[in-house]
Amino acid sequence: MTGFAALLRKELLEQWRTTRLPVVATVFLLVGLSSPLLARFTPEIIKAIGGDQFQIVLPTPTAADAYDQLAKNLGQFGALIAVLLAMGSVATEKERGTAALILTKPAGRGAFLVAKLVAIATTLGISTAIAAAGAWFYTLVLFEPLPIAGFAAATILQWLALVAYAAITFVGSTLTRSALAAAGLGVAAFIVLGILGIVPAIGRYLPAGLGAPARGLALGQTGVDVLGPTIASVVLIGALVGLAWLAFRRQEL
Amino acid sequence: MTAPVTNPMASLDMTAPAIEASGVTKRFGAILALDRLDLVVPPGSIFGLLGPNGAGKTTTIRILTGLARPTSGSATVAGVEVGLDEPELRRRLGYLDQDPRFYGWMKGRELLELVGRLHGLAGSELRSRVAEMLARTGLADAADRRIGGYSGGMRQRLGIAQALLHRPQILFLDEPVSSLDPEGRRDLLELIAGLRGGATVVFSTHVLADVERICDRVAILDRGRLVTEGPLEDLLAAHARPIYRLVPAPGQSAAVGVLVDRLRAAPWTTDVSARDDLVRVTVSDPVAAAGGILPLVVAAGVILDAFERARPTLEDVFLELVGPAAADDLDGRGFIRPREVSDR
Repeated sequence: MTGFAALLRKELLEQWRTTRLPVVATVFLLVGLSSPLLARFTPEIIKAIGGDQFQIVLPTPTAADAYDQLAKNLGQFGALIAVLLAMGSVATEKERGTAALILTKPAGRGAFLVAKLVAIATTLGISTAIAAAGAWFYTLVLFEPLPIAGFAAATILQWLALVAYAAITFVGSTLTRSALAAAGLGVAAFIVLGILGIVPAIGRYLPAGLGAPARGLALGQTGVDVLGPTIASVVLIGALVGLAWLAFRRQEL
Repeated sequence: MTAPVTNPMASLDMTAPAIEASGVTKRFGAILALDRLDLVVPPGSIFGLLGPNGAGKTTTIRILTGLARPTSGSATVAGVEVGLDEPELRRRLGYLDQDPRFYGWMKGRELLELVGRLHGLAGSELRSRVAEMLARTGLADAADRRIGGYSGGMRQRLGIAQALLHRPQILFLDEPVSSLDPEGRRDLLELIAGLRGGATVVFSTHVLADVERICDRVAILDRGRLVTEGPLEDLLAAHARPIYRLVPAPGQSAAVGVLVDRLRAAPWTTDVSARDDLVRVTVSDPVAAAGGILPLVVAAGVILDAFERARPTLEDVFLELVGPAAADDLDGRGFIRPREVSDR
């Protein structure tokens, strides 16, 4: 991991200077704030649209609905943003020649890759935390307070799922010289994992499988099985980084 | 680049070769980019890699810097076996790409600080080295501007600054003066010359005059093969044949034509070329030529504005070794014209 600290510093500065971090954090904040609002006002919106022509009886929205809306939005927008953040991270540097600039210095290729993924994970982490804070606050205002510790733990699991999607795309970005091809791989993996997730025995160990324990933690339930899905996602991310390194260390620049 | 040139490089091991390549071959599919290259570069020398585009200069440098892998053969740089993921190798070398690319969002100073940190510099030493290199490359005023706004020449200077920052044992410069104006070109050549004895410099170029000006040793590559290698003076002595230059007064094209025909028929000439009112006579026997050229001029009725025996140049060596076809690669100003083949 020669040169990791210097490379991480550069990557974090790049996240800020290229406005990736501020933009993603703003989008996530909007997602966080809008989720409880949507949950709270969806019945009234439907009633207003339908007028007197339809008689639709919807249950009274609860804090659990607010959380479900947040989880759904982060699972979709968040995953898409994770793919966008990771798609060009290595491929663009190889194509533009800046990878050659860095890797003719005493920087290990493993450090080069890990610094990039850590920076992406940091942007996703800060943004997910901002989204969660906004969602928790509006849930408090519109519904009732959710347990802070459980909500924070759930946020970590949501973040872990997003990092896993970023890591899949990251491998694509390492294997190719095209950011678009990397994005294609990320989206394809997202779809395949979604299909596999239907099988309960497999689904709970995939990144999307973190959703169920996260929900339980956020709503203050007890006896939630967190460990298995968490370890599975961490192992998946580690394996993807290893795969990226094995491919990248043999590539000419 | 106006600051005085000093030689701050790390002390060299003068007992072992700085670079040793053995049978290095590189293929890109069916294209043989480098063909069994054997090379030994002594420490402290300024080593010129000369050849047209497609000769294998950039491929050689990319392999030696660990950016590309040889198809076969091996090489060491500063005693370290070259490889794609070899930080220890990179610790000892500096590298400037022929088209240096940087992060447009980064400032010049930040780029140098990043490079310094990767080389293990920190604190006041890092700041002073960065300031020194910015001054030496004339970028001090632009240090806090984003690199995205730099001109081509400024990017080239920044490339030189990042290559020299850590005072490398071995410096690889791939066409380093290609984007510079005449003043920048002169300054950079002086800077490279100032490194002599302290660092080993491998310098690829297609400008013959630059090689003659600063290099101790020269390797000529052509179509992936090493044509020759050695000290510049040895190459000039061994391969550059005596040349006479005749400048006829204007308006004598018919008489000059007769003279060229007679010179070509003389037994002591190996080549006679006439272009732009200049007759260039390469001879095999300088003594016979000294006595034979002027009588032929008189006999042909040609009036000369100038007549001289020219000092052999690297251009003559290049033409001699790469063959008559190489004359098409020279543009008359000592530059080797690019070929249609990529150098990678």
